Amino acid sequence: MTADAVIPFDDAIAAFDPVMGLEVHVELSTASKMFCSCPTEFGAEPNSQVCPVCLGLPGALPAVNAAAIEAAIRIGLALNCSVAEWCRFARKNYFYPDMPKNFQTSQYDEPICFDGYLDVDVPTADGIKKVRIEIERAHMEEDTGKALHVGGSTGRIHGADFSLVDYNRAGIPLIEIVTRPIEGAEQFAPEVARAYVAALREILRSLDVSDVRMEQGSLRCDVNLSLRRTPADPLGTRSETKNVNSLRSVERAVRYEIGRQAALLQAGGKVVQETRHWHEDTGVTTSGRSKEGAEDYRYFPEPDLLPIAPDPAWVEELRATLPENPAVRRARLATEWGLTDFEMDSLINAGALDLVIATVAAGGDQARARKWWTGELTRIANDRGVDVHDLGVTPEHVVRIETLISEGALNDKLARQVIEGVIAGEGDPDAVVASRGLAVVSDDGPLLAAIDEALTANPDVIEKIMGGKQQAAGVIVGAVMKATRGQADAARVRALLFDKLGVVEEA
Amino acid sequence: MQQHLTRLSAADIAAAISDGDVSATEVTRAHLDRIAEVDERVHAFLHIDDEGALATAAAVDAKRKAGEPLGPLAGVPLALKDVMTMRGIPTTCGSRILEGWRPPYDSTVVERLRAADVVILGKTNMDEFAMGSSTEHSAYGPSHNPWDLDRIPGGSGGGSAAAIAAFEAPLAIGTDTGGSIRQPAAVTGTVGVKPTYGGVSRFGLVALASSLDQAGPCARTVEDAALLHAAIAGHDPRDSTSLTDPVPAVVEAARRGDVRGLRVGLVKELSGEGYQAGVTQRFNEAVDILTELGAEVVEVSCPHFDYALAAYYLILPAEASSNLARFDGMRFGLRAGDNGELGVEEVMSLTREAGFGAEVKRRIMIGTYALSSGYYDAYYGQAQKVRTLIQRDFAAAFEQADVLISPTAPTTAFRIGEKVDDPIAMYLNDVATIPVNLAGNCAMSLPIGLAPEDGLPVGLQIMAPARADERLYNAGAALEAALRDRWGHLLIEEAPAL
Repeated sequence: MTADAVIPFDDAIAAFDPVMGLEVHVELSTASKMFCSCPTEFGAEPNSQVCPVCLGLPGALPAVNAAAIEAAIRIGLALNCSVAEWCRFARKNYFYPDMPKNFQTSQYDEPICFDGYLDVDVPTADGIKKVRIEIERAHMEEDTGKALHVGGSTGRIHGADFSLVDYNRAGIPLIEIVTRPIEGAEQFAPEVARAYVAALREILRSLDVSDVRMEQGSLRCDVNLSLRRTPADPLGTRSETKNVNSLRSVERAVRYEIGRQAALLQAGGKVVQETRHWHEDTGVTTSGRSKEGAEDYRYFPEPDLLPIAPDPAWVEELRATLPENPAVRRARLATEWGLTDFEMDSLINAGALDLVIATVAAGGDQARARKWWTGELTRIANDRGVDVHDLGVTPEHVVRIETLISEGALNDKLARQVIEGVIAGEGDPDAVVASRGLAVVSDDGPLLAAIDEALTANPDVIEKIMGGKQQAAGVIVGAVMKATRGQADAARVRALLFDKLGVVEEA
Repeated sequence: MQQHLTRLSAADIAAAISDGDVSATEVTRAHLDRIAEVDERVHAFLHIDDEGALATAAAVDAKRKAGEPLGPLAGVPLALKDVMTMRGIPTTCGSRILEGWRPPYDSTVVERLRAADVVILGKTNMDEFAMGSSTEHSAYGPSHNPWDLDRIPGGSGGGSAAAIAAFEAPLAIGTDTGGSIRQPAAVTGTVGVKPTYGGVSRFGLVALASSLDQAGPCARTVEDAALLHAAIAGHDPRDSTSLTDPVPAVVEAARRGDVRGLRVGLVKELSGEGYQAGVTQRFNEAVDILTELGAEVVEVSCPHFDYALAAYYLILPAEASSNLARFDGMRFGLRAGDNGELGVEEVMSLTREAGFGAEVKRRIMIGTYALSSGYYDAYYGQAQKVRTLIQRDFAAAFEQADVLISPTAPTTAFRIGEKVDDPIAMYLNDVATIPVNLAGNCAMSLPIGLAPEDGLPVGLQIMAPARADERLYNAGAALEAALRDRWGHLLIEEAPAL
């Protein structure tokens, strides 16, 4: 496959106006599937969470999971949508082996939520830009199974030697959130796309309706993008890029597609309406299914399910009990915690605000909590290429480590080792302290022995200290810390040393 | 004794077992023997589960011996239409595409039959995926009408009706999408009821057209049908379209059988041209009997019934085209062309080509077309509007009458091969039964005599509003009793010995 031509982003933007549409699929974290009682846990043995209903066996019928309806309505309300008084499921008919019934039970022209918006703060080189993203609809559907294509070079079905299908995911409830075309983003289109998905993820997380883990596929984004010469022109032909599995990829995929489509158009070519696949590793999109012979899904109302008519009083109750909007909450916390805009921005950019809030709620200090989550833990997460939420470190762990530090049982260096242990799955902080033997050495005996040893090895230090060069004590403290594998309290070692030498430590 | 056992009604069998006059095992053996004796000629069954049936019968006998309470149908044998899943027992829907498939779960109807201690003898023949009016579209060959083995036993549930008419079982389960319980009942001289849509759970009923399908009882008497109806009906949370209402008091109604003061509506559009003379004659006689019994007979008009068949043959294929999409060779049943070379789409395509019969393919193509973008409004959308108009016709008619009546089928049983190559002629068999399915109402067919010209059974259809199934049994029982008085026996007793 030859690589597509791409022109530099700035040149593309100078010549074209990008228009985006974002479709986000959210897997709900309900205990059971959309239409049956199978569990939904991620990572189970293939085809172990299936039944006649989600396998689409002859005779099986769906029954709606009420928890999924509730989650859909809450999402719609949080996105300022209207909630349908009456709506139906529809069948979307097409053949694919990961779809047990060869139709997907979805919603078509009667979505449960519609006409909403989300105000997004977009961090750009020119500062924060406020953008309103209009939401066309949020509808319910069931997820498909997962096909694994073995053999062949592409990992896709064409050219594979054989395929394996895991139906554990089939029937997991999904909410698809579709924006109206996003116009006027201009050179900030990549940042706008990313900021929208990030803000949406934050809201979904605050609603506690989904794990929103992009790398596990519980939040998936399709990027529709087209170019036109000027905003006055009609919309151009769009591509639909799938497999965009991180916030960074959202931004990069938009940027790439702008460059690719611009190159095509400038060379006098045409953009093909097609599905494209984003490749995280190479940073390019490649052509998938062509949609030129537009697929006809033959939608019709699902006759196996009754229409949904949410009681307006119930909808109002759900509205009244929505959690605080994350943006509003941010402003409030900045005031409460006395944070500068810069401090708040770095907290948000680290994607760790909810973790800091949870840490404070669990009894932690906000400044120390911010230090952990935006410092050490974000660094480790970045090193490993995972989301800081997925490190396996909980707010409760951070609070416990802080407590151990304030009790003098840990120092900062040991605390970092405890974090390592927690991340490595060795248990909670206390378990790691116990198993790794990481407690600060508080018994003076071994410390004094180590000091003696260090003094013997560094005979000149005594003279220097006695001669008034108290900073020379650092050599001994360092040696003792090394000998105790960091488990000593440096201040205590220092005090013992001066005590031993009969020298008064200078303030 | 053995021969005699197969002639008893379900109610009498249950009473005899309960009283200890006969064991469930004896009853089951008698019916298995009868099947062994006649089914080679009738071909009502696709699968006989002797072992399972005898095990259930033994369990009933043990229960009785232990003094445990027995259900009202304990030990009564039953034939199950092969469209209903039963754990571990082959379920083919009369199609090659499901050959060898053994479902891992019981349908709700089967669960309820088990709970009622009913003995399930096996699975009965049907038109493939319930598409047909003769069983000639079964991939496993047609069933034969016990009144004349050269004739069809109706369809799609011809196997169930034939099993009852041939005394192979006193009870059977049918399913009725456009008449598949009632038309076979009519042409075999038996009783069949399509309950109100949602009255009996569809969970485990392999769907033909989801918005029309309804399982119901087949029997030789109105009372037996009521007993079976009561055993299988009632809300099921696994079927979202299942009614939450209490089950109508059908057994009480079947034992009451009193039509004095009942307003009976003759549907003008379901008579006249296209109806065989002997059918019309017997129907008119039955109307006279109802009048004699004290019913008030009025004529009603349902003008949109003329469009019912056309609307039905858009809605049914549309839903069927989607429901049958899952038969692709990937997870169960037949798989064709899997030679390690061909791709998935080719294997799916070859499987469906090899596994589906001509009528199924015809309807999948019609349905796919009717749902296609650009045609949806003109076909499926328009058919749904007709459906609403038919519901309104019924609502208006039920203002004037408590029940409506018509002949069940325009003709008596036709000869095997007579209409199989003419789909329209075949579809016209259901002209009188289809409106009920489109409206979601309930209806019964019961025998009212033999057509003079061919000596074959004629059925009368009683229709009642949704959720008023007990009216069918009340009116049906009254008419059945009057006819029995007149003949001195049930019509089925006149069927030739096999």
